[in-house]
Amino acid sequence: MSNVLANILGASPVMPLEKHIDVACRCAEQLAPLFAAANRGDWGAAEKAAADIEALEHEADDLKKEIRLHLPKSLFMPVPRQDLLELLLVQDRIANRARDIAGLVMIRRIQMPASIADDFLDFVDRVIDAAKQARKSVRELDELFTAGFRGAEVDLVAGMIEELDRIETDTDARQFELGKALFEIEATLNPVDAVFLHRVIELTGDVADMAERVGRRLELLLSD
Amino acid sequence: MEAQIVYIGLAAAFGLFMAWGIGANDVANAMATSVGSKALTIKQAILVAAVFEFLGAVLAGGAVTSTIRKGIVDADLLSGSPELLVYGMLASLLAAGTWLLIASHRGWPVSTTHSIVGAIVGFAAVGIGMEAVKWDQVGTIVASWVVSPLTAGFIAFLLYQSVLWLVLQHEDPLARAKRWVPVYIFFAAFTITLVTILKGLKHVGLEISVRDSYLLAVAIATGIAAVGAYFIRQIEPDPKAEKEQHFHTVERVFGVLMVITACSMAFAHGSNDVANAIGPLAAVVSVAHTGAVSAQSALPLWVLMLGGMGIVIGLASFGRHVIATVGRKITQLTPSRGFAAELAAATTIVIASGTGLPVSTTHTLVGAVLGVGLARGIEAIDLRVVARVFVSWVVTIPAGAILAILFFFVFKSVLP
Repeated sequence: MSNVLANILGASPVMPLEKHIDVACRCAEQLAPLFAAANRGDWGAAEKAAADIEALEHEADDLKKEIRLHLPKSLFMPVPRQDLLELLLVQDRIANRARDIAGLVMIRRIQMPASIADDFLDFVDRVIDAAKQARKSVRELDELFTAGFRGAEVDLVAGMIEELDRIETDTDARQFELGKALFEIEATLNPVDAVFLHRVIELTGDVADMAERVGRRLELLLSD
Repeated sequence: MEAQIVYIGLAAAFGLFMAWGIGANDVANAMATSVGSKALTIKQAILVAAVFEFLGAVLAGGAVTSTIRKGIVDADLLSGSPELLVYGMLASLLAAGTWLLIASHRGWPVSTTHSIVGAIVGFAAVGIGMEAVKWDQVGTIVASWVVSPLTAGFIAFLLYQSVLWLVLQHEDPLARAKRWVPVYIFFAAFTITLVTILKGLKHVGLEISVRDSYLLAVAIATGIAAVGAYFIRQIEPDPKAEKEQHFHTVERVFGVLMVITACSMAFAHGSNDVANAIGPLAAVVSVAHTGAVSAQSALPLWVLMLGGMGIVIGLASFGRHVIATVGRKITQLTPSRGFAAELAAATTIVIASGTGLPVSTTHTLVGAVLGVGLARGIEAIDLRVVARVFVSWVVTIPAGAILAILFFFVFKSVLP
């Protein structure tokens, strides 16, 4: 049975987008147990965290395809379709970066040198905070649609995005400090390892960058 | 005499079939929004639909019924051969019913009203003669098919825009909703009761002066708004389901309003669409009884009852399933949006009913939903489907007409 009313209301991308950021964020959250286990040398636990990341990244990919499939050009929406698709893309990159990191850590059995290990884990927590704040902001998407992208709800989300920016700035500062600290002990490390340690720090910082770009994309939806 | 019994029997059977189809399919559009938003359970929706469809048909359906029955075909031309009107009306019912069956099987969004009007115009123009059709009246009806979705869309746009301004864009939308929703309830109840009293009641033999009509409508609407306000006061935020803006609870407040607009919608639907089934039946019955084409005879009560019953049977047999299916699919129409669409459509339809214009409930509702969409209220509207609605709008009229012409000539050669 096909019904006009049901067919006219196209599949709304809002709840799927919220679900997608949730999966992407959970994917990033697994970086904490991954690095903690790797630094302890507990490769069994690290393997498990990496497998979780891989599975969540796949789930995010499937959701991404599903959402794209249900956003035909014929849809009339309160916000440009292109903006939503680009929001989806940056959300997805959070999961992609987490997967890249997990792959690298597992292939090269990367462990942070003891002198920067604690600071690095704090940095990872902060990066995850950024992803969580991005999730919190995107979760307001249905409320934004309800309020027609105007009024008090917009201010609320703008505040959340500001907080996201603050967290990301904090991760930048920590990333810089970690890079410096790593540079100072480079002489004591295997050169190839040192290169990849820099690379892991950089990739982890990227996760927060992607979270911040989710905020930027969301902000574009607010300003009309 | 036997011939007359055959006529009435056939007309009653076809009319019942048509009413059944309306109940099984059409009513779903009127009720599904309320079920989808969980303002009503399926059982409550069936009950509301049964009661208010019936009330709408009886209290406010008279004008449209008489338009279908004697507003399209010029009865004076047929005074010499009244049986032609009988064949034609039978053919129209059968044609509209058949076309609706084909269309709903194929999933085409066709309108009952367009089918029946197309069918009547078809048999009259070809079977009797171009001059048998009251073209100015037909022109008005066709114009109303363009105007009614536009009007509903415009009202829905304004309503939803006002919801955004008054409630949803504020710091504390819950408090604002609790303050403003009773006002919307008053507005909904007032419009429907006023139109019914002004336009409908004289068909059931009640005459009330204009001033008293307004006073009565205000009194009834105030009463309903007070009851609504009482229920709204009971609603407390559910901390589990909430974020900062309390929209979840705000929607529950609008849910109370949805109950009222669902009643209005069922009432409006009954006032306009039941005529599609019983208008032709009434025409056949009056010819068969009097043996002449009379423009004066009253609408027999059993004809109305038959229409009402057909709808309720359709609802109970297939309608509940359709309502549930559609309700699950239209979750985008949350109470704050659904009410705006329903109230705009119901108001437009009831006014059309009062003026005796047969409009399409579904198309009017589609217009209203688009209006909410233009106010940025709908997350995604599929414009391809909107285009398909428009195509079916155009195709249905000749389709109904051609089928009716075929059936007309069959009846003319087969029936006594």
